[in-house]
Amino acid sequence: MTVKSTNPQGALGVETVGMTMRFGGFTALDHVSVGVAPGSFHALLGENGAGKSTLVKCMMGFYHASEGQLMVGGHEVEVPDPRAAHALGLGMVYQHFTLVPSLTAAENLVISRGDTPQVIDWRAESENLRAFMAKMPFSVPLDQPVRALAAGEKQKLEILKQLYLGRKFLILDEPTSVLTLEEADEVLGHVRSLCEAGQISVLMITHKFREVTAYADEVSVLRRGKLVGAGKVADLSHADMAAMMMGDQAPAAPADRAGQSGAPVLSVSGARALDRSGLKDVTIDALNVREREIVGIAGISGNGQMEFMEILTGQRPVKAGSIVVNGTSYHATREEARINCVRYLPEEPLHNACAPKMSVTENIAFRSFDMNGSGTRFWLSNSEMRCRAAELVEAFKVKTASLDSQMASLSGGNVQRAVLARELTGEVDLLIISNPCFGLDFSAVAEIRARIMDARNKGAAVLLMSEDLDEILELADRVLVMSEGRIAYECRADEADVATIGHHMGGHA
Amino acid sequence: MADQPLTGGGTGVFAADGWQAALARRSEAVLIPLGALLAGFLVFSLFLLILGKSPAEFFALVYKAGFGTWFSWQNTLSRTAPLLFAALCVALPARLGLVVIGGEGAIVLGGVMAGGLAGAITGLPGPLAIPLLALTGGLAGAAWIGAVGALRHYRGVNETIASLLMAYIAIALMNHLVEGPLRDPASLNKPSTAPLADHLRIGDMPGMDVHWGLAVGIVCCLLSWVLIERTTWGFAARVAGGNVRAAQVQGLPVGRLIVGFTALGGAFAGLAGAFEVAAVHGSANGSLATGYGYTGILIAFLARHNPLALIPVAILLAGFEASSGLVQRRMGLPDATTLVLQGFVFIAILLSDTLYGRLRIFAPERWGRG
Ligand SMILES: Nc1ncnc2c1ncn2[C@@H]1O[C@H](COP(=O)(O)OP(=O)(O)OP(=O)(O)O)[C@@H](O)[C@H]1O
Ligand SMILES: [Mg+2]
Repeated sequence: MTVKSTNPQGALGVETVGMTMRFGGFTALDHVSVGVAPGSFHALLGENGAGKSTLVKCMMGFYHASEGQLMVGGHEVEVPDPRAAHALGLGMVYQHFTLVPSLTAAENLVISRGDTPQVIDWRAESENLRAFMAKMPFSVPLDQPVRALAAGEKQKLEILKQLYLGRKFLILDEPTSVLTLEEADEVLGHVRSLCEAGQISVLMITHKFREVTAYADEVSVLRRGKLVGAGKVADLSHADMAAMMMGDQAPAAPADRAGQSGAPVLSVSGARALDRSGLKDVTIDALNVREREIVGIAGISGNGQMEFMEILTGQRPVKAGSIVVNGTSYHATREEARINCVRYLPEEPLHNACAPKMSVTENIAFRSFDMNGSGTRFWLSNSEMRCRAAELVEAFKVKTASLDSQMASLSGGNVQRAVLARELTGEVDLLIISNPCFGLDFSAVAEIRARIMDARNKGAAVLLMSEDLDEILELADRVLVMSEGRIAYECRADEADVATIGHHMGGHA
Repeated sequence: MADQPLTGGGTGVFAADGWQAALARRSEAVLIPLGALLAGFLVFSLFLLILGKSPAEFFALVYKAGFGTWFSWQNTLSRTAPLLFAALCVALPARLGLVVIGGEGAIVLGGVMAGGLAGAITGLPGPLAIPLLALTGGLAGAAWIGAVGALRHYRGVNETIASLLMAYIAIALMNHLVEGPLRDPASLNKPSTAPLADHLRIGDMPGMDVHWGLAVGIVCCLLSWVLIERTTWGFAARVAGGNVRAAQVQGLPVGRLIVGFTALGGAFAGLAGAFEVAAVHGSANGSLATGYGYTGILIAFLARHNPLALIPVAILLAGFEASSGLVQRRMGLPDATTLVLQGFVFIAILLSDTLYGRLRIFAPERWGRG
């Protein structure tokens, strides 16, 4: 494919030619050629571990490709480090925010510039910023601390920051995973209009076909490090894209719900704890999760779900109330969790459930390293840990260069799989999960949901907190809505009405 | 599952790393500290040149006085023991992600407690009394640094600052005790506790002029390594050090681990104080606070908190300390010169911390051609 170099408004054309990346004996990218025409919006699809992040890290100079070239504006270029990429006009927006929360939007923009003088003339800078904002199709409040901005505003600010820094080619790595549907639409709509105006070209990694169809012009699909398909979005259906992503492997069929719910496993009554701001309380008045039942907690993030999870994992001290598991009072010690077979799957597993610098083997051993059959042990058994890790990595199809790789080197989806492997193996009586499918490709989502349903059918009580209402409606037997630190609404899943739930999520009850 | 043989690691799901990649990752942990050490030496050489002294002469003297002869080796090795203990007091809490820099306090307190007790148990036979002295020193240190851990976990007090301030308190406490309640009236110009009875003193190991503290220190390093790498307690501590949130979600007793590991580190430092009293000084006095605790910080960082690596690094630094007298006499450099050297090395070590994961030669994923 040949790509025109630039267009008059400045958007850059960027192309990789035969990009190959090997980690030791493992080939993460195999001669991948992707071209993004100036001013176009290009989507990059692929299952978890396909090599999407690796490709863009090679483009940005975080990694050095083993083979292949990068063409920017029609010329072959070298990018030894991210700074070189920035100098060429390439910028990247990550899944997670990189802004300084305590500084205002204006301060964040000014300090992000490499050439900020020792003494900053704030008056002149804010003049400049205002002039800059006036030219932009969208804006954010400049003088509030970033901490006070909503997720969508923050992501808009990240994009504004790239424009402010004069970037002409933007890479977005799963930019909408922390946004609500409306926020995602707003942000991507603005990005799209910038592309149409010819100001930037965009390469966006995503797992959401909806976003590809709605915003992208062209799409490239990776599978196991190889480019397996590309084309105009207009010519492709979701089924075509899914087929390219998965090849001939069929995604897991949704598991059927089987069996009636039984006796309560988890009962929470009157549990009260401070929320993360330290100013308000999160209160769970009464909540039961029964055997062979999935209770879904819907709600917009930041309404106390994280605090509730921390109460249940023993990370947040409770001021009052009781938590009872299998009829006895529960304080989330390791022993209680083991005796009652309680397993946790917190959101963002790399941050909340893994030690990023320890190996995959060690991370998989977190739950079992001190177990010897049904007793406990004092001496570590490295060989047993390795065996177990090898087995689980195989069974849950975790893609990793080796068992000794650092957990942090795994792709997002594979971290999720590894943690799931650790937590779902063995007998499970109570499973507490938060946003299990964040950042996963559709087949991984299907597989993980099937595993959760399977755990339920085998008798587990499952408490599922999720921001994805579809996920809750698909999996749950009973739906609860959390709003402003309380359970605001409850209904049976088969009688659930999306409008009513949405109403309670918004706190307008 | 226990005795099932290891099947080439889950065939086909992942490829094995090349041995070059594995070697590269491992050498990072050795070569970066070594580079930092050399960089520190280099800057120190410049410092000497500015003073008009010859760096070559300096390092030749260090070699001669620290490692040149059997006699100088013995001198070096006698100073190694307290450094090993002091470094363990930094390295063990560090595995939990804590930076404890007040080992000096535990040394001083362990020494003064052992010295005080020695006066009261002269009636006991040596084989009984000497372990009792060591135990007392260890317990004093454990309580002191364990308190730092407890403050950290239960009250959120920064452990670095707390341990440093508590070291000052410990030194003041020691001065108070040896100048007041525990003072031997016969100690005129250097207030001390009463000299230890001969049968309470710890002697030298057979065939050399080095007291038993060295052997005990090396054994403690080996045991610490086993604890961290081979036991479930050590694994739990590494998990908590790697990500405390993950450790909490797993229900690991993070508080007990923190208090336990800081107390164990403190116990080693307290033991150093007891050895200094029973094997070197013969009584507890101001000489206990000679900065072993601070040199221990440098050693632990150079060894990347690996208890086995502490041993060679402690010997190296002990050699520098052993040579400071000769350097002082021959080159007319003040005693503090060794401290200046340690300071340069320490800064280089702290700076080198930013290099991990950044140097292409240690990162197989960035080998490529570019
Ligand atoms: N630094 C590294 N060392 C070893 N292996 C790595 C490293 N970085 C990535 N990999 C491996 O390369 C493969 C591709 O990873 P990459 O992060 O590019 O996937 P991805 O397509 O972005 O997946 P996801 O959708 O889950 O984010 C994975 O199998 C991963 O384990
Ligand atoms: Mg990725």
